[in-house]
Amino acid sequence: MSSLSLVGLSHHVAPVELRERVSLDLAAAAELARSLGDAVCLSTCNRTELYLAGGDVDRAAEALAEMAGDPLDGVLYRLHDDAAALHLFRVAAGLDSLVPGEAEILGQVRDAYESVQTGPLLGRVFRQALAVGKRVRSETSIGESPASVSSAAAALAVQVFGDLDGRRVLLIGAGRIGELTAASLVSRGAEIAFVANRSVDAARSLARRFGGAEVALDDLPTALAEADVVVSATAAADVVLHAGDVPVRRRRPLFFIDIAVPRDLDPAIQELDGCFLYDIDDLEAVVAETLAGRRVEAARAEHLVAEEAERFHTWRASLEVVPAITSLRAHAERIRERELAKVEGRVSERERRTLESVTQQILNKLLHLPTVRMKEAAAGADGASYADVVRHLFGLDEK
Amino acid sequence: MVEALFWPALVGYGEAALAYASMRTSRAATWGVRLGWLAQTALLVVQAVHADGFPWSSWSGSLNLFVWLVVGAYLIWGCRPRFRLLGLAVMPLAAALFVVARLGGGTVAPGRSHYSNVFLVLHVGFVLAAFAGFTLAAALAALYLWEEGRLKRRAPDILRLRLPPLQALERLTRRTISVSLPLLTLGLVAGVVRLREDGGSLDALEALTLATWLVYGAFVVARPGGRRAAYLALGGFTLVVIARLALSAGHFA
Repeated sequence: MSSLSLVGLSHHVAPVELRERVSLDLAAAAELARSLGDAVCLSTCNRTELYLAGGDVDRAAEALAEMAGDPLDGVLYRLHDDAAALHLFRVAAGLDSLVPGEAEILGQVRDAYESVQTGPLLGRVFRQALAVGKRVRSETSIGESPASVSSAAAALAVQVFGDLDGRRVLLIGAGRIGELTAASLVSRGAEIAFVANRSVDAARSLARRFGGAEVALDDLPTALAEADVVVSATAAADVVLHAGDVPVRRRRPLFFIDIAVPRDLDPAIQELDGCFLYDIDDLEAVVAETLAGRRVEAARAEHLVAEEAERFHTWRASLEVVPAITSLRAHAERIRERELAKVEGRVSERERRTLESVTQQILNKLLHLPTVRMKEAAAGADGASYADVVRHLFGLDEK
Repeated sequence: MVEALFWPALVGYGEAALAYASMRTSRAATWGVRLGWLAQTALLVVQAVHADGFPWSSWSGSLNLFVWLVVGAYLIWGCRPRFRLLGLAVMPLAAALFVVARLGGGTVAPGRSHYSNVFLVLHVGFVLAAFAGFTLAAALAALYLWEEGRLKRRAPDILRLRLPPLQALERLTRRTISVSLPLLTLGLVAGVVRLREDGGSLDALEALTLATWLVYGAFVVARPGGRRAAYLALGGFTLVVIARLALSAGHFA
């Protein structure tokens, strides 16, 4: 079987100016992989890597350098066999990502693998990588906590309300950061009911996109009466919403997210009954804490990945003895058929079937233990010697 | 036989009380609760078969029944991974009370019942079931106050050490009390019937139980929200604790 190689660059070694030059969309990545033979190209915003089964690593490196328009000496890494497999498993598990445990990479690995036809070696290593990624996510909690301010804000809203389905969001400010946070809430089932902004046109445009209504800044108290979550991200120099403007709400919590600097929302809102206010510092503290938790889980995930890498090594090693095992079985089968042919016509049909079955069973039982022992030896370092001994003892190479 | 069932139940509850401390072992803890509760159910059945009359008429016997009811209520409402910390509050208490019940002789084959009439049995049975529900509601309310406090002071670890959502805790507290209050009402009605038959008068314990009913009745009627609801649930539970202690000291004397 051919050897596994990897050549590529990632955020660990290459700045974004370089990564963006070798970044490819899925179709272009598949095209590049096909031009290199049995290969898979994984290209994301953080990495471009080429996995090759017995291909020309130098040619792959040249292809990347050509795209970069620069020689990539000192930036490209090259890994082979077990090291390449281990790297792919860590990538699929999110352990090589900028944010440990991020989930998107697993889908990107799957897309890269499914975009090309692969041989048995790449097929096996990618299928196992996908299984490793799933296993790490199900057996550790590395991906459970939010890793960004916007996702932390949404997770906190869930912590207050439980289900966000049908929860109404009031978005104050029509800027990009507020929109991102709103989108994070929408992805969990909330609806953007109101958008308030100094520029009414911008408010209307954003409200239309989310299916909500624009409101004037003066009408905030009215909108507040109907909202469950308030996201504020304006560029205003002063407080936009004072505690006195928040209506009294009975048995309905109100969750405020203030991601503006300077702050939009009066800090005294936090003192109101049923009101919870998180500003940007609070959210960043929550994210820092969850990232620390991810790092703890990452250590557990590394153990799982190492286990899987060991399994891959065993599988690869067992391939060394497969040709010898196949020859041995074929040799035995030929002898069996030859001997059966000698009694052909001298026994009844029923007796012939019995002989077929009995000789087959003898053969299977006789070859079972040598087959297992050879595979075991292959998992260590003795696979090749065992294969040679078997070939010599049974004269397998002489035919 | 009774002895052989006590230990599996205690091991189940004890294992759950310890295993709920970690997220990784919370599934094993839930199995501990389930298996322990099944063993205690079997224990109660054996006690009932061998009893002459109501099997749990002693204070320790009633404590045994009370533990079974509390764990049963927990199995219905709270035995979920997200409610791990509720298990951490309920199961050590259940295990400890179960041991106390045993030390008091409440987990052995019972002798002759003190209870002479069916209304007394119904009275005690319903009141204990309601008290078990109120205990669980109090644990939920305490969790609510803790989680609300963490949200208010913006604890950075709020998403690492996750409790159930605030509104889920509030909803479950209300639901548990709404189910338990009718049981307490039935228990009180049975008690009043028994009093009439015996020609007795209202004692301090019965007056306290009536006060408990009024507090939880106010909870259901006024439907308070947020912190007020949690405080009221805990206030009612204080009366439940006093009633339980009074029950131990007086009712079974």
